[in-house]
Amino acid sequence: MAGLLRGALVTALFLGLWQALVSFGHLPPYILPGPLRVAEALVANWRLIAHHAGITLTEVLIGMVLGAALGVATALLLAVSSAARYLIRPALVATQALPVFALAPLLTLWLGYGIWSKVLMAVLIIYFPVASAFFDGLMRTPPGWLDLGRTMGASPTRLLWRIRVPAAIPALASGLRLAAVYAPIGAVVGEWVGAAGGLGYLMLLANGRVKIDLMFAALLVLALLTLALHRGVGWLCDRLEARLD
Amino acid sequence: MAEAPGIELQGTARFGAVPLFAPLTLRIDAGAWSCLLGPSGSGKSTILRLIAGLETGVDFDGTITASDGRPVAPRVAYMAQTDLLLPWLDVLGNVTLGARLRAETPDLAAAMALVDRLGLSEHAHKRPAQLSGGQRQRVALARTLMEDRPVVLLDEPFSALDARTRADMQELAAETLAGRTVLLVTHDPGEAARLGHRVCLLDRNGLVESPPPATLPVRAVDDAAMLAFQARLLTALREAG
Repeated sequence: MAGLLRGALVTALFLGLWQALVSFGHLPPYILPGPLRVAEALVANWRLIAHHAGITLTEVLIGMVLGAALGVATALLLAVSSAARYLIRPALVATQALPVFALAPLLTLWLGYGIWSKVLMAVLIIYFPVASAFFDGLMRTPPGWLDLGRTMGASPTRLLWRIRVPAAIPALASGLRLAAVYAPIGAVVGEWVGAAGGLGYLMLLANGRVKIDLMFAALLVLALLTLALHRGVGWLCDRLEARLD
Repeated sequence: MAEAPGIELQGTARFGAVPLFAPLTLRIDAGAWSCLLGPSGSGKSTILRLIAGLETGVDFDGTITASDGRPVAPRVAYMAQTDLLLPWLDVLGNVTLGARLRAETPDLAAAMALVDRLGLSEHAHKRPAQLSGGQRQRVALARTLMEDRPVVLLDEPFSALDARTRADMQELAAETLAGRTVLLVTHDPGEAARLGHRVCLLDRNGLVESPPPATLPVRAVDDAAMLAFQARLLTALREAG
């Protein structure tokens, strides 16, 4: 309840400052529309915004699932195989020297204007944080637990699934929470480079037509979507941590 | 439980070129408590880990043999200074960890009986974070007993407990582990004096046996012979350092 009140207060303060800046700064709406105007644009265009938000959400969700699955699989492979660590890990780190954003035009060229170039952007942007967080967790199992498991006659596979993986879940959860914030960035960048729909596409379209209020409305929905995703993933991670074994 | 064997470790160990301990012979009697007492860094934990078949990082040149000639490592249960309880399992889950790790069906009735015996019934479904340090170490003892191994290796399992809990735990462990071959590694002369049927001192000069009093373990905390023995051990430890 106190959190809700605080949130409402901060939001009201922010909106008040915003409106004051617009009113007293005599800023024209095509530079900075006031909050009321943005709210009006949101209401007037809600069908249009919802349609594009649906596209972005689809891209982000598919990207999250694929990226997380790939990241988890990579971390497991690296954790069990020293050959994989030797061969793949340097390559994995080297890929991070390549700005993913620079790949966006290529992905659009290869995969077209549909959702898949954006899904792949989201996958690429979250793959490394998920893989690296989970891998670190898997390699940092308290050694005493592994000693105990070995004296109990556990095979390396049982040690992995019964001790190392559960012990690494908090690390994986922090990787996934990061991914929830990064994935929408990947999708929107993909949409900016070339798309037929999505919130990023809508923002560029509105910008081109000087409908800055619509652009802000789309931005607002994007922010809400990211927050909801972060909350949702956080909730899932909490359930996962609580339900272990 | 299978017949408890005696164990003999003979040999020397070094870290690369640096010797850890000179050639020595450690005898651990069948079905009794042997205490290995020594200062930090003397190699006493390494000896325990060698017997347990765990990674030590040293080059061991020697033999570890059981009196019945069968391999030792698969027959040990291990208890460390920290309780090593898995935080995501409740007490029963931790007590039956061995079965889970070997893909066997846990014997929940036997686990519950042990949990009862160690006075943990009301905590059976609690997670480790909800227990006190003494309760957690009792769960670790229950987990060790659940393994039902003839050889039990204890690596300073009571040293993090407060004095009263430690004395209680020593008695509980002596009672529940009776009949098994126990190696207790400790840096506490009082603990060795209370619990050891055989007490060995390990320091830079090697391994020296110190004959304990005639009274049988577990010796009372106010046993005069035990207290004199404890003093002798402490003196020996200080002279060695």
